[in-house]
Amino acid sequence: MIFKAHISMIKALACSLALLAMTTFSHSSYAVIEQVNFADTQTEKRYKQLISELRCLVCQNQNLADSDAALAKDLRRKTVAMLKAGNTDQEILDFMSDRYGDFVLYRPPFNATTAALWLGPFIILFGVVFALIVHIKRRQEENMLATTRSDSANKRAQIQNLLRETSDLETDGFLASKSKQDN
Amino acid sequence: MKLKFLAPLILFISLAVFLGLGLKLDPRKLPSTMIGKQAPAFELNLLNAPGTKVVESGLFKPNDLIGQQWILNVWASWCVACRVEHPLLNELANKTDITLVGLNYKDKTTDAEKWLAEHGNPYTFIPKDIEGDTGIEWGVYGVPETYVIDQSGKVIYKHTGPLNSQIINSELLPLFGANQ
Repeated sequence: MIFKAHISMIKALACSLALLAMTTFSHSSYAVIEQVNFADTQTEKRYKQLISELRCLVCQNQNLADSDAALAKDLRRKTVAMLKAGNTDQEILDFMSDRYGDFVLYRPPFNATTAALWLGPFIILFGVVFALIVHIKRRQEENMLATTRSDSANKRAQIQNLLRETSDLETDGFLASKSKQDN
Repeated sequence: MKLKFLAPLILFISLAVFLGLGLKLDPRKLPSTMIGKQAPAFELNLLNAPGTKVVESGLFKPNDLIGQQWILNVWASWCVACRVEHPLLNELANKTDITLVGLNYKDKTTDAEKWLAEHGNPYTFIPKDIEGDTGIEWGVYGVPETYVIDQSGKVIYKHTGPLNSQIINSELLPLFGANQ
C-alpha cells in the first residue's frame, strides 16, 4: 500500500509537471485530450463543461478534461457518444454516478452522507461568528468597567491630593491665621 | 473555567485523531454502486484458452449463468497487480467448482493468450472487452476487480484491487457457503 501510494504520488507529480510544461509551452489548455468535432458549438460547450465536472477515477485529483489516463479517455468517449445520442447533461451525470458513485461528480449531491460536507462550513462559520460576537461584547463590557474603575481611581487620587494640600496649608499656618481673622 | 487552558490541547487531540484515522483510509477504495443491483448485461466474444468451456456461438452473456452463483474477475495482461492475485485464482479454480469468469479488459487477444499460457488459466469463460465499454457499465476503474453475482443475477459483492488469501477465505468463499 505504501509502495502504491508512492507510485501514485510520483505519477501525480509527473502528471502535474507535464501539465505545467504543456500550459507554459503551448497556447491551448486542452492539449492533453483528443480533438472532438461537434455539429454545433452549443454541444461542444456542454461537452467541455461535463468533462470538467467529472472526476477521473484513476488520477483521483484530476477531472476528465485534464487526465491522460486510459479510463478518462474511455469516459470522454462515452460522454461524446451520449451527447451525440441526444442525452441531457443530467442523464450523462446520472449514468456516471450510477456506475462510479457520487465520487465521480466534482459537485457532490446533497444527501445523508454528504450533509456534513455541505453544512459543515456554514456551521463552523456561524459558530465562529457567534463566538466572536460574544467575545467582542464581553470585551466592551470589560472596557467600560475598566474606565469607570479608572475614573474612580482618578477621582480618589484627586481627593487625596486635595486632602494633602489642605494639610499642607494647615502646617503653613494659613488656616490658623485665617481662623484668627475670622475671630 | 479553570480548565480553560486545556481547550487547545483537547482541540489538538481530537484533530489529530480525526486526521490520523483519515490517513488509514484508502482513497482508492470507493463504495460500489453495483451491490444489490442487477448485473449489467453485455454480450462479448469469448477468448479460447486451455481450460475454458467451449460455447458454440462464441459469445458470452451474464444471463447465461442465471441459476448459479459465479465470480467475475476483471483482468488484463498489462495489469501488474493481476499477477499478484493470479496464483490464488488458479488455486480457487483447482479446489472449487465455482464458475470463474475472467473479463479480459482493454487487452490485445494475442497478449492475453500469451499471458494465460505463462501464468495458467483459472477461468471458465473469458469474454473480451476490447474497448472497455463493458468495464464502464460495471463501474470498473482499477484492474483487477472481482464481483460475485448470485443465482438471480444480482451483484452481491465487489472487491477492487488484487485479492489475497485472507480476503478469499473470509469474504469471498463464505458467500458460496456449501457450494465450495
